Amino acid sequence: MNRKQFLKTIALTGAAITFKSKGGMDLMAQSQDGKPVDMVAVMGGEPDEMFKQAIEEFGGISKFVKKGWKVVVKPNIGWDKSPELAGNTNPKLIAEIVRQCFQAGAKEVTVFDHTCDDWIKCYKNSGIEAAAKAEGAKVVPAHEESYYREVKLPDAKKLKTAKIHEAILDCDAWINVPVLKHHGGANLSISMKNYMGIVWDRRIFHSTDLQQCIADICTMDKKPALNIVDAYRTMKSNGPQGRSTSDVVDTRSLFVSKDIVAVDTAAAKFFGQIKAMPLERVGHLANGQTLGVGTMDLDKLNIKRIKIG
Amino acid sequence: MLKKTRVVASIALFSLITFYFLDFTDLTSGKTLNLLVKIQFVPAIMASSLIILIILIALTLLFGRAYCSSICPMGIYQDIIAWISKRTAKKKKRYKFSKAKNVLRTSMLAATLIILLRFPLIVGLIDPYSAYGRIVSNIFRPIYLAGNNVLEMIFTRFGNYTFYRMDIFIMSVFAFAVAILTLGIVGYLAWKHGRTYCNTICPVGTVLGFLSRFSIFRIRIDKSKCNSCGACEMKCKAACISSKQKTVDNSRCVDCFNCLNACRRNALHFSSNNNKQLTVNNEASERNVDNAVAGKSVDESKRRFLTTGIVTAVVVPAAIIEDRVNSLTGNDGKESYERQHPILPPGSIDTKNMLKHCTSCHLCISKCPSRVLKPAFLEYGLAGMMQPTMYFEKGFCNFDCTVCSEVCPNGAIKQLTKDEKHLNQGGHVVFSREICIVQTEETNCGACSEHCPTQAVTMVPYKDSLTIPQINVEICVGCGGCEFICPVRPFRAIHVEGHAVQGQAKPFEEQEKEEKEIEGFGF
Repeated sequence: MNRKQFLKTIALTGAAITFKSKGGMDLMAQSQDGKPVDMVAVMGGEPDEMFKQAIEEFGGISKFVKKGWKVVVKPNIGWDKSPELAGNTNPKLIAEIVRQCFQAGAKEVTVFDHTCDDWIKCYKNSGIEAAAKAEGAKVVPAHEESYYREVKLPDAKKLKTAKIHEAILDCDAWINVPVLKHHGGANLSISMKNYMGIVWDRRIFHSTDLQQCIADICTMDKKPALNIVDAYRTMKSNGPQGRSTSDVVDTRSLFVSKDIVAVDTAAAKFFGQIKAMPLERVGHLANGQTLGVGTMDLDKLNIKRIKIG
Repeated sequence: MLKKTRVVASIALFSLITFYFLDFTDLTSGKTLNLLVKIQFVPAIMASSLIILIILIALTLLFGRAYCSSICPMGIYQDIIAWISKRTAKKKKRYKFSKAKNVLRTSMLAATLIILLRFPLIVGLIDPYSAYGRIVSNIFRPIYLAGNNVLEMIFTRFGNYTFYRMDIFIMSVFAFAVAILTLGIVGYLAWKHGRTYCNTICPVGTVLGFLSRFSIFRIRIDKSKCNSCGACEMKCKAACISSKQKTVDNSRCVDCFNCLNACRRNALHFSSNNNKQLTVNNEASERNVDNAVAGKSVDESKRRFLTTGIVTAVVVPAAIIEDRVNSLTGNDGKESYERQHPILPPGSIDTKNMLKHCTSCHLCISKCPSRVLKPAFLEYGLAGMMQPTMYFEKGFCNFDCTVCSEVCPNGAIKQLTKDEKHLNQGGHVVFSREICIVQTEETNCGACSEHCPTQAVTMVPYKDSLTIPQINVEICVGCGGCEFICPVRPFRAIHVEGHAVQGQAKPFEEQEKEEKEIEGFGF
């Protein structure tokens, strides 16, 4: 066998394997036919690939994004960290979501986060600004109070008002795209915690019962059209910032649901496989359920589980 | 031609250096523009940059004080003011020869040299580069940012996010007052008398003036052509041409070349020492000037002016109400707590090094992207007023950022690599558990730990599902993330105490990366 033949064989084998795994996927999907899908969990692919699979199960993103809409994609860009350190949402995932929103006819897609580190550094070093802009999204600042407007939260327990970023208030739909990670204060940071990036004053959260305030902010009228939890890489310790790649586990997963409490419960259980994380420790889940934001009872939901590869 | 070259070079350099101080984006992040501040005379002395000093001295020995006309931003600022003053004057503006204030100049220089090591504040006050830097940082920059915000408002309204809003604030009342005073005094002198500042107060002007007496190229008067009409004298903003005596005091001439075109008889030349007649004349003139000065004492009004100026500069701060920003926390949560020691910018080694090298040009403060540097009030004592100190009201020091150490032209903040910065310990964390809300309110918080890049603050189990901060001073770098974000008021439950000598933090222990195989979803 010469070099050329060898390469050819390799290429063919590669193609065959890819094909097979795609076929295998449908078998893995546990669908309860007829009932609408409440949540999709995907494992084993690249971020964009997993999202494509997941959103297909929901019938495509056009179920959530209509023609001519202004859409906000809200990742977690909290820290001045590169994608490998998993402190922020994966830029590839954001790029794919933005791309699909435009495909569905969105007029405008905006991306922002109220960062913890210097916003310019976060936007740049997370890779999200470049990835989102490449797909045509507007990446807007959120570092000054003047970008925020006050909103009342009548159903909240402790946090009765909050200043919310104007991009969220002025859009037709927003998509919440957190990254799953350990968190020193809230114990886990997922979709509900990601709400803190649309809020101006976060100290108030910390000083008045963090776990309750996180649930409270989720009672805001304008709920995300989808919550897409990025668990391609998971920061298992020293969160939410992390120190090095030793805090990161390659988990290659993605969870998508409209129910924010449910998707966070699922992600928390998933995290529990890496490191013990009893759900009571993630107090905002139960608080969210009490406020009627969503359910922690995953058994009652129609969940599609997909493994790629 | 000479004049045109001078004007073009000056305007280019002045605009670039000013923009370098103003810019808050990535536009000026390279080393190129930094060179413009590194070639300034006093910074070169402070940083002991021999090569730059030799070049500047050689330049002066060759051409006279070209530095003062084309490199020094304060010099160019005065030229601009003088030019405006001339253009707007109702009566035709005339400069008049004045005798050299050599006693004043030399004593200012001597004083500068003597206090160089002891009182950097004074050097910083009269060094033209630093004084100009402060003017831009403290006065022009807020205006520039306001302009940016107006543009941002317009552009954002049309959905264009090229501009972003910037927070505008006065970093230090004292530094602002000093900058206003400097701008006003130097501007007034320039408006009225041209280059008075450069030829009386400025220590750089005096040193270069001494050298320029011996410069090869200089303005020379051809006595045979000159009819003492006074046209050149009228144009001379350094007031160094005596048309009556047909002499030029080259120690004060700043090479502006305005006189060359003024002469209708073509009696003025900028030329090398090849005309014996001219040489004799010039030497005689210098003697005359020297004699005149030796014979007559210093101008009274100027002396009064100077004394008043310096006294005001020192007394005003004492009168200004004490800065309250430093009140952080109390040991029992009730008393305000003063930092025992200020926090130095990362890379400044120790207070001594800072005091010795910094002339408070505020470039580091303008360039800090995290807005953690501000001019000190009395944190470093009287001698260190206006030098940069760290505070965490507006932000905290970015773990990976080394900007201040890269831009400092004085060697007051030594350049750090990213890895060196990660271990540079400018202070250490102090935790007041008794006022921490995890203890007082029994709620989750963890904001401090969240912001800690080394996990010198970690959350450890407390009660039930609660976690409370635990500190490890050894791996703390003093970035202030914890202090910035702590929600406890009026006094924070966690803060950074500065170190007089910057130390090395222990590198945090890396956990081994575990390869976890995750089979299922877990739900």
